[in-house]
Amino acid sequence: MPEPNSEWTDYRMDQAIGQLLRAGVILSVAVVTIGAVLYLIHHGGERPDYSVFRSVPVDLRSVTGIVQGALEPRPPHIIQLGLLLLIATPVARVAFSVFAFAAERDWTYVAITVIVLVILVVSIVAHAGAA
Amino acid sequence: MNVAEFSAAVFLISAAAGFLGALTGLGGGVVITPVLTLLFHVDIRYAIGATLVSVIATSSGAAAAFVREGFSNVRIGMFLEIATASGAVIGALLTSVIPTSSLGMIFGAMLLYSAYLTGRTHQDGASREQRPGPLAVRLKMNSTYPGPAGPVAYAVRGVKSGFGLMFVAGTVSGLLGIGSGALKVIAMDRVMRIPFKVSTTTSNFMIGVTAAASAGFYLSRGYIDPGLAMPVMLGVLAGSLAGARILVGAKTRALRLVFAAVVGVLAIEMIYNAFAGRI
Repeated sequence: MPEPNSEWTDYRMDQAIGQLLRAGVILSVAVVTIGAVLYLIHHGGERPDYSVFRSVPVDLRSVTGIVQGALEPRPPHIIQLGLLLLIATPVARVAFSVFAFAAERDWTYVAITVIVLVILVVSIVAHAGAA
Repeated sequence: MNVAEFSAAVFLISAAAGFLGALTGLGGGVVITPVLTLLFHVDIRYAIGATLVSVIATSSGAAAAFVREGFSNVRIGMFLEIATASGAVIGALLTSVIPTSSLGMIFGAMLLYSAYLTGRTHQDGASREQRPGPLAVRLKMNSTYPGPAGPVAYAVRGVKSGFGLMFVAGTVSGLLGIGSGALKVIAMDRVMRIPFKVSTTTSNFMIGVTAAASAGFYLSRGYIDPGLAMPVMLGVLAGSLAGARILVGAKTRALRLVFAAVVGVLAIEMIYNAFAGRI
């Protein structure tokens, strides 16, 4: 077992990060699977066409549109919600790391982690945040 | 082919790619996009959108195990993620200005390089003794990983060059919707002299964040189609989890060569089709 010094908190952080990632993936897969079943029931007989890029409908391209559609509930939006949860998983891991490094009083790494978090949040919110 | 049959076919192909990708350490993402574009005639932008999502799934799924076992170095990963995440943002922005035929060519070149890396035998530098670089000491990167006879200590150097290479890896990832694990491992294993097992697991740990950095752009541009991303993501994840399970103790030499050959063929097809204007 690790000794009760700073490594012990590192060890604990590793365990918590592992569990967080696992939970995120499981939740996402569950939501995508529910959406997939409904999607195949309702759209299974249609013909897929991805050969020409048209970009997906606007309401599948923003967080608000996806959440609203998923609540109706519309199968493609439920799948997309699951994918959003998946995208959010690494972001949640980074956000958690900020607090974990702060608990270790490792301010250098608090700063490093905040920079990564800002890049992620700005990039995601700037593009997909608003409708 | 209707939606149900299409989904089933894409799921199976993705599962096979994820399985082989996990066994060979190349990751499944790099072969999904060429298979979708060449075999299923999917537009490359939909293909990279679906692949990017699957990359986040496999990275997070596998990282969960590696981090808890103590192989991944969270500090090295965090620091280098500044480079990969900002590179990925730029790479994603580039996808909207670069013509799809050029994307296809860049993708083909990346595949050729991956095939070469997969086919080559890796020389393990486990015994290399070295003094850590000053920046590595300041950033507390030197650490240990679990070996057969207790923790094995390692030192890190070349932090600045590694950081630069990680920016390139991030850009490639954002541009092509892949994890670019191959480039990440080069940066850590070759340049920063981090033990191979730590390099690969830390690279895997970083891939999720790198991919998430370009995901917002892909989503808002309409690259992520739920009908296509669903079978790709579920398939790659199922395949890679199965592959990771039997990876321990598996003889992968022959498999690596076969996979390298497959990737090489896909690379040539991809480049040919891009030149012919079919991508």
